[in-house]
Amino acid sequence: MFANWPLLSLLIWLPILGAIPVLLAGDKRADLARRIALAVAAATFLVSLVMLSAFNHGIADAAARGAADPGLFKNMQLQENLLWIETLSVRYHLGVDGISVALVLLTTFTSVLVVILGWGSVEKKVAQYMAAMLVLEGLMIGVFCALDALLFYVFFEGMLIPMFILIGVWGGARRVYATLKFFIYTFFGSIFMLIGLLYLYFKTGTFELAELAKVGLSAKEQAWLFFAFLIAFAVKVPMWPVHTWLPDAHVEAPTGGSVVLAAIMLKIGGYGFIRFSLPIVPDASMEYAWLVIAMSLIAVVYVGYVALVQEDMKKLIAYSSIAHMGFVTLGVFISLALARSGNASGAAVGIQGAMVQMISHGFISGAMFASVGVLYDRMHTRMIRDYGGVVNTMPRFATLFVLFAMANCGLPGTSGFVGEFWVILAAFQHNPLVGALAAFTLIIGAAYTLWLVKRVIFGEVANEQVAALEDMNGRETLVLATLAVAVLLLGLWPQPLGNLMDAPIAELVKHIVISKGA
Amino acid sequence: MISLTDILTLLPESFLTLAICALLLIDLFLKPAQRSVTHYLAIIVLAVTGWLVLQHFGEPTAFGGMFVRDGIAAVLKVFVLLTTALVFVYARPYLRDRSLFVGEYYVLCLFAVLGMMLLVSAGNLVMIYLGLELLALSSYALVALNRDSPLSSEAAMKYFVLGALASGMLLYGMSMIYGAAGSLDLNTIHAVAATSTQRGLLLFGVVFVVVGIAFKFGAAPFHMWLPDVYQGAPTAVTVFIGSAPKLAAFGMAYRLLESGLDGLGGYWQLMLALLAVLSLAIGNIAAIMQSNLKRMLAYSTISHVGFLFLGLVNGQPEGYAAAMFYAISYALTAAAAFGIILLLSRAGFEAEEISDYKGLGQRAPWYAFLMALIMFSLAGVPPLFGFFGKLLVLKAVAVPGTLWLAVVGAVFAIIGIYYYLRVVKVMYFDEPDGEAVIAGPADAPMRAVLSVNALALLVLGLTWGPLYGWCAQAFGIVR
Repeated sequence: MFANWPLLSLLIWLPILGAIPVLLAGDKRADLARRIALAVAAATFLVSLVMLSAFNHGIADAAARGAADPGLFKNMQLQENLLWIETLSVRYHLGVDGISVALVLLTTFTSVLVVILGWGSVEKKVAQYMAAMLVLEGLMIGVFCALDALLFYVFFEGMLIPMFILIGVWGGARRVYATLKFFIYTFFGSIFMLIGLLYLYFKTGTFELAELAKVGLSAKEQAWLFFAFLIAFAVKVPMWPVHTWLPDAHVEAPTGGSVVLAAIMLKIGGYGFIRFSLPIVPDASMEYAWLVIAMSLIAVVYVGYVALVQEDMKKLIAYSSIAHMGFVTLGVFISLALARSGNASGAAVGIQGAMVQMISHGFISGAMFASVGVLYDRMHTRMIRDYGGVVNTMPRFATLFVLFAMANCGLPGTSGFVGEFWVILAAFQHNPLVGALAAFTLIIGAAYTLWLVKRVIFGEVANEQVAALEDMNGRETLVLATLAVAVLLLGLWPQPLGNLMDAPIAELVKHIVISKGA
Repeated sequence: MISLTDILTLLPESFLTLAICALLLIDLFLKPAQRSVTHYLAIIVLAVTGWLVLQHFGEPTAFGGMFVRDGIAAVLKVFVLLTTALVFVYARPYLRDRSLFVGEYYVLCLFAVLGMMLLVSAGNLVMIYLGLELLALSSYALVALNRDSPLSSEAAMKYFVLGALASGMLLYGMSMIYGAAGSLDLNTIHAVAATSTQRGLLLFGVVFVVVGIAFKFGAAPFHMWLPDVYQGAPTAVTVFIGSAPKLAAFGMAYRLLESGLDGLGGYWQLMLALLAVLSLAIGNIAAIMQSNLKRMLAYSTISHVGFLFLGLVNGQPEGYAAAMFYAISYALTAAAAFGIILLLSRAGFEAEEISDYKGLGQRAPWYAFLMALIMFSLAGVPPLFGFFGKLLVLKAVAVPGTLWLAVVGAVFAIIGIYYYLRVVKVMYFDEPDGEAVIAGPADAPMRAVLSVNALALLVLGLTWGPLYGWCAQAFGIVR
């Protein structure tokens, strides 16, 4: 019954416009601002559930089995297609497939939690904080729904503004440095993508993704475009060696900002590879797959070691995020190689793994950052050495934290296991050495995560501050417990998520084996 | 012979001329306390002129091709008039506060507007020169408006000497072109430039003409006057010379280069490309070092001129439309940016140091928000207006052959981000020091118009289609 509603527009604009009453409530009436923000975020989440129910798995399945290949991006559902700029035929074109639906749900879900998290931990300029969060949410949803490259770019870049403000105003001591670095780094990445898109526009006369996926490009053009996209998305993911903004941004960002950054924003990089690099420049992606695979392995192994030596909890988790996101890029590009060598089922497993890894990392890293936020609100330090024996004073917190840590190492039964396992499975089919190196992360991930747990949670009570800690209040428990349920649910029963994404992934695999050489 | 249709074609300009004379007379009989009458009359004059520009009467050309009335001229004139009206609204509190609230300001500005209107409608080298000089002479006098300020006088002197030099160059180039083509009429020159095989003399002229254009735009390496003039002039004047004349400069470049010297496109396009790269480099890098906001905006202007030139280098209608769109977006944004400086300044406090904006996010959240919009727009961050200007000019060069220019533009856009963000940083991330309250002399109309102006950057960012459509239509692009 909702299929004809402009649900996607509603999802994008509800939070953005919802920011206005939050701002009007003002920083002086902080409680009112918080309540409105929560209402808006919750309403957006509800709309996203409605979208899920209106989303028709049936059509997608039929297309996957489909006799005739209708082409990539043609099976998008809940489409809204309006002319935005007539002279350039830029369209306000939205639509979702299983991949976007999963990421939109992750966004709306996380945003509710972030608003709840901000309830206690943000004290100054509450209304502005909440408003920035809501605007950010709307823009991120826009990124996942846009089917017009220019529209995508506008959301993709527009996102930087609220995040810039979030880190800069509510961040830690070195927030100005971190936020400028964040902004300039990501802007640097994306402007080359813009030139690439303009070149594609010159070739095709449109920004429609469906058309861009079809256009024939010579090997040289593809190579240039591939690198333009690579810079943009590699910075966003972030991949080694352009990852250095992330630890700074994470450390200085307020808890909510860290959670959004880790849980959603990084996913946009992986999403970009799946939506732009693979469909538009498949041949160049194949040619340079070795490069991305190498960079991903370095991220997985080397950055894992870097995480091991961190003294700051947030920094440790930030590096662990980079390592985990390495799995995503690894999965995507290994799948391309597999698809090209005729192993379609292996390719599907790889991309499936990358997608599940993205969603799961969204829950886990979000939970980890939220946990650090819980500790930070009490102790006002993120240094590992200031903690020890937290389990003695905060048993409920410790339970959940250990669960998230286990998920972070990829313990079977948690969501962390599923994605990594599938990617490793695909990697072994591609090349046993790559598979072995990827699998190595399970050890190193366990090392840095468990060592973190040992130093922070277990042992004797380290000092008086720790001894005086109070366990989580209801609000914090609610957030972390919800995330724990999500982590376990996805770990034990990943099938629904897999089903959701089966069809678009099958389509993508079918598309990328066809060479576009012209 | 001058016929009635000629007069009719020139009706907006004729009306403006008469109105200026009338205004000058009326102002004589006003007491200082009644000066607002001049202010409102000047705005009404601009509005009526704008209405006349949009009417369809008269012929496409007048006075034997001296004067051209086409879509391009109409778009540019409308925005010149609109920007000037904004300037008048923003300038009034500032002028009143410093006993500069005199009729001359309005009369000089209106004469400059008249010069710009003639300039963008020129069909003849003489017309270009006349329009340009009317604009320039009025601007020199405006810069020196505050004659008690040594900084102001110095800036005016510098502006005058260098401006005269540039006019000389332009005139010299024009004389060469006249020598080669045997006519001052742009259409005739166009025909000669397209067919002539003896190009030496013409090319010689083109070099000087391009230098003249670059000077008027403030493109590097002919930008030396610009930071000093922007900083030295009273802000109420800077807001004027920093906004509307960029539109006129675009019109002049288009008339001279495209209407006149299209046949030599290969040569001047390369020159413009080099000027663009230099302007982007010098403007963006020098702006980083500035601690004075007016000076920073001056260097940022230089970099924006570099972007605007990118639209011209391919000699395609799409590129011209993009450059015109860019000029419009820049003029509106610059007016708002200087408007904020005017809003925050008061007698004895110019609010022109970047550090004056410390903690503005707490002191005046609304104006800090507007300033942030302006800065993000200048930096070219979507979804703001400025981004789409950059998008269009980058699109014009992102074709095989000039792709490298798009990359250069992109690289300098990234560098440019830094100094715009620094203003946002100072406003939002730094704690206020000193006086916490904004007690500027700004009046209600100014506050309202400035808010609309800055918010328009966001609204136009979302709905820039019709405006670009208008620009594209003016250059005969149909889709």
